[in-house]
Amino acid sequence: MAEVKCECGHVNPHGTVLCEACGRLLDETQADNKLVEMRYEGSARRSQTYNKTIVDKIWNFFSSVKVGVWLIVITLVASAVGTILPQEMYIPPNVPPEQHYEQEYGWFGKLYYQLGFHNLYSSWWYLILIALIGTSILIASIDRFFPLYRSLKKQKVSRHESFLKRQRVFGITKGENIETDFEEIKKNLRNQRYNVREENGNILAEKGRFSRWGPYVNHIGLIVFLIGAMLRFVPGMYVDELVWLREGETKEMPGTKGEYYLSSEKFILEVYDKEKDDKDFTAAIDKTGMIAKNYQSDVTLYERVGKVIPGEKPELKKIKEDQIKVNQPLKHDRYAAYQVDYKLDELNKMKLNLTNKKSGEQFGMVTVDLYNPKPKYELKKGYSVELMSYFPDFEFAENGEPSTKSRIPNNPAFIFKMFTPDKPKGEVSFVAIKQTLEPLGDNDYKMTFAGIETKNVSALTIRKDLTLWIIFLGGVIFMIGVVQGAYWNHRRIWLQKKDGEIMLAGHTNKNWHGLKRDINRVIENTIIDEPADQLQEKKSANKGEDN
Amino acid sequence: MAQISSNLLYIAFVLYLVATFFFAGAIKDKRGQTEKKQNKWAIIGISITVIGFIAQIGYFITRWIASGHAPVSNLFEFTTFFGMMLVGAFIVIYMIYKTPALGVFTLPVAVLVIAYASMFPRDISPLIPALQSDWLHIHVTTAAAGEAILAISFAAGLIYLLKSVDQSKRSKSTFWLEATMFTLVTTLGFVLVATTFSMMDYKADFIYMDKNNIEAKASYTLPPLIGPHEGKLQTPDKMEPLAEVPAMINAKKMNTVVWSIVAGIVLYGIIRLILRKRIAAKLQPLVKNINLDLVDEIGYRAVMIGFPIFTLGALIFAMIWAQIAWTRFWGWDPKEVWALITFLFYAAFLHLRLSRGWHGEKSAWLAMIGFIIIMFNLIAVNLIIAGLHSYA
Ligand code: HEM
Repeated sequence: MAEVKCECGHVNPHGTVLCEACGRLLDETQADNKLVEMRYEGSARRSQTYNKTIVDKIWNFFSSVKVGVWLIVITLVASAVGTILPQEMYIPPNVPPEQHYEQEYGWFGKLYYQLGFHNLYSSWWYLILIALIGTSILIASIDRFFPLYRSLKKQKVSRHESFLKRQRVFGITKGENIETDFEEIKKNLRNQRYNVREENGNILAEKGRFSRWGPYVNHIGLIVFLIGAMLRFVPGMYVDELVWLREGETKEMPGTKGEYYLSSEKFILEVYDKEKDDKDFTAAIDKTGMIAKNYQSDVTLYERVGKVIPGEKPELKKIKEDQIKVNQPLKHDRYAAYQVDYKLDELNKMKLNLTNKKSGEQFGMVTVDLYNPKPKYELKKGYSVELMSYFPDFEFAENGEPSTKSRIPNNPAFIFKMFTPDKPKGEVSFVAIKQTLEPLGDNDYKMTFAGIETKNVSALTIRKDLTLWIIFLGGVIFMIGVVQGAYWNHRRIWLQKKDGEIMLAGHTNKNWHGLKRDINRVIENTIIDEPADQLQEKKSANKGEDN
Repeated sequence: MAQISSNLLYIAFVLYLVATFFFAGAIKDKRGQTEKKQNKWAIIGISITVIGFIAQIGYFITRWIASGHAPVSNLFEFTTFFGMMLVGAFIVIYMIYKTPALGVFTLPVAVLVIAYASMFPRDISPLIPALQSDWLHIHVTTAAAGEAILAISFAAGLIYLLKSVDQSKRSKSTFWLEATMFTLVTTLGFVLVATTFSMMDYKADFIYMDKNNIEAKASYTLPPLIGPHEGKLQTPDKMEPLAEVPAMINAKKMNTVVWSIVAGIVLYGIIRLILRKRIAAKLQPLVKNINLDLVDEIGYRAVMIGFPIFTLGALIFAMIWAQIAWTRFWGWDPKEVWALITFLFYAAFLHLRLSRGWHGEKSAWLAMIGFIIIMFNLIAVNLIIAGLHSYA
C-alpha cells in the first residue's frame, strides 16, 4: 500500500489523516473543517483502510461502534422481554410449564411459552448475542489499540500551525515581553501536575495520558468475565446439586463423587418475637404475622476413608461440625453447602400396637421407621408382626391396587401379617391413616395407631464453582478500566511562540470544563488571553444568539 | 428514636423545597448570570440544601440505630435513601459547576421521590435471614448512589431540552418533553391523592374471588374506582366500585394507577388553564441564560461518574452478595436483569456519545430514557414484577 509523505518530510502509513509528526492535514477532503477530528489523531485504522476481502468485511463489521451499539441495544430489549413473565425456574415445579403459562396468563402466556421466552436467557440466540458482543468488543479494541498506541507514542512537541488552529480550544495573544510570561506558564503548568516538554520555544504540556487506555482495559475485563462465564460448561468446573437431609440422617454430598458425607443434627427455624426482640418491630410483626429470623442446619461433615466398595458402607472420618445459615454457607475444599429450603415436622416413625379386638389387650408396640422399615418385628414371646408391603405415599392405583405416589412418607400405609399363639398362620391386615381393611376376612387382632415421631428436613445446595475467581478477576479489571477512563482525562495544552505572538491550543478527550479551568489557572497573571472554545463559537454563530 | 428519625426526614423534606425556591430566585436574578460567580440567592440555596442533607443523614443514622440495621431494606427506606443520594450527588456536582439551574430541577425530583417513598409502609421491620448480610447493605447503598448520580444527568438533560426545544411550534420534541412534565405532575398527583385519603383514614375492605377462584380479602386505602373480581364491599358507607376487573389483574394496584392518572390529568389540566401554555414553554424563560454546552457536559460528567459506581454497586457487589445468599452470583431475577439493562443502556449511551457524536439534544433524550429505566427498576419492578428482591 502506498505511504503518504507529508510536506514536513515525514512518511506516514497508508490511511493516515493527520501527519503523525507535524499534525498537518493529509486528507484533502477534510480541508474545509474548522476543527480536526482528534479521536485517534488521524492515525490509520485497519477497518478504515481496507475493505476488500471477506476477512476485511467481517473485521469492519465487528469493529464498527454502530454495530456494537446495535448488539447492545438488541440484547437489552431481549433481556427486558424475559422479565415480562417469570422464567421457568421461578414457576412452581409441580405444574408442567406448558400448562402453567397458559393457566396463569392466558393466550399471552401460551405464546410466551411457545416462543421459548420462558427460558430466554439460556436460549441459543441469547447466547449468540452475548458471543457477538464479545467478538465485537475484541475486534473493535484491537482495531483501535494500535493506532492509539502510535499516536500516543508520537506526541511531537512542535506541531504545525494549522494543527493548533484547528483545535477546539484555541487563542492567539499579541504582546511584548512574552519571555517572562512563558516561564510563568511553564511553572504554573508544572504546579498543575502537567508533564511539560519544550522544544524550540514550543511547549507541550500533557497529563492523564494513561486514562486513554481505560476503555481497552475495561474491554479486556469484559472478555475475561465472559470467558469465565463460558468455562462453567467445561466438565468439572461447576457443581450445582440439591440434597434433602433429615435430622439424624447421613448422606453423601452429591457432586463430590462420594468423597464427602453430611449428616444433620438439627434444623432450627427461629422467628422474631415481639416480647424479646426490639419493640420498634412490633408494628411490622403485627402486620405480617410472622417474620423469620433464622434458618439453620447443624451439620457434621465427613470425609470418606479408603476406596468405594459397592454395596458396602463407607468408612467415614469426621472433619468438622458447622452451623449452616442463610448467608453463612459451610465451606470445605472448594465445596460449599448452602441453606436453601426446609420442611418442618415430616413424618419419620410410626408406632402401632398389636391389639386383640375383643378384649382390647395389647401385646407389644411396633415402631416402623418410615424410611427404613424392618421386614419383621418380634414382640412378646409367640407374638410377632411381619411387614408384607409398605406404601410411603399411599393411593389406590387406577386398577384398584394399592400403590405409592412417591418415596416420601406423606401418607404411609402398610400390609401387616400378625402372628399370635392362637393364629400361628397369621392374619393379614391393611393399615393406613384412619383406616383398617381386612382383605382376607375377619381378624381377631388389629394394629392400632399409637403415635408418630416427626423430624425436620433441611435442603442444602451443594456448590462448587471453579470459575468464580476468573469472573471476579474480570470484574476487577473492568472496574479498574472504567475508573481509569472515567475519573481521569487526557489533557494536552500546546503553546507556540512566533513573531511576537503566543498561540495556545488545548485538547482533552472529555471534561472540557476541567481543561478550561486548568488553562485559566495557568494563564493567570500573564498577558495571555483566555482561549476561545471554537465549538461553541461555531454553534452560536449558526444560531445567531449569544451564549 | 424512631420518632426523632421521622421528624428529621420531615425537616429535610421541607428544606429541600425551600432551597428550590432560592435556586429559582438565583437564576432569575440578573446578577446571577455569569457562571463563575454565584449570587446571594444561590449561596443561600446551596446552604439550605446542605443543611437539609445533614438532617436527612440524621434521619438515616437514627433509623439505623432504632432498627439495628442500615435502613435500606424495604421500599420506603430504599426509595428515601435514593432521594438522599440524589441530593448528595447534586451537592457534589454543584460544587464543581456552580449552576443553580441544576438545583431548580434536581431538588423537586428529590422531593417527589421522598414524598413518593412515604406512601409505602413505613414500619421499621426486622430483617429476614436472606437480608442479614453486610454485603446486602454495601450493595444497596452503592447501587443507589450510582443511580442517583446517573439521575443528575436526567436533570441536566431536562434543562438542556427545556432550553433547546423550540416551543413556538408543535413537534415530536415538544410532545415528549411535555409528556415528561406530565409524568412528573402525575407522580405529584398520586402523592396528593394518597396523602389526602390517608389523612382521612380511608379504608374499604372487599371480599373477592381470586384467580384460583378462592375467596380472598383486599383492603383499599383509596376509594375503589376499580373493584376486584366479584368483589363484595365489606365496609359500610363506602362507594361501590365503578368497574370490575378480571381475576387475573391485581385490582388494588390498578385502582392506584387509575387514581394517579386521573389526579395527574386534573392537576395538569388546572396548571395548563392557569399557564395557558405548555409547562415546558412556561419554564423556558427560566433557563434562557443557561449555557447549553455546559449542561451537556454536566450530563455527560454525571454519567461518567455514576456509571462505574453503579456497576460496582448494582452488579459486582450484587453478585458477591448473591453468591453468598442465593448460592449463585447471577440468577436472572427481574431486578438483576433490570440492573443489567441499566448497565447496557448507559454503555450504549457512552458509545453513542464518544464514537458516534451523539451530543447535545440526542444525548439529553438518552438521559431521559436512562432515568425512566432507573425509576422502573427502583419501583415498578418491585410492584409489578415480583422477584426475590420484592422485599416490600
Ligand atoms: C456491554 C459492553 C460494553 C461496555 C460495558 C463497554 C464499556 C466502554 C466504556 C466505559 C468506554 C469508555 C466510554 C467513554 O469514555 O465515554 C468504552 C469505549 C469504547 N468501546 Fe466499549 N463497551 C462495551 C461494548 C463495546 C462494543 C460491543 C464495542 C464494539 C464496537 C465497543 C467499542 C468501544 C470503543 C471503540 C470505545 C472507544 C475507545 C477509545 O476511546 O479509544 N464497546 N467502552
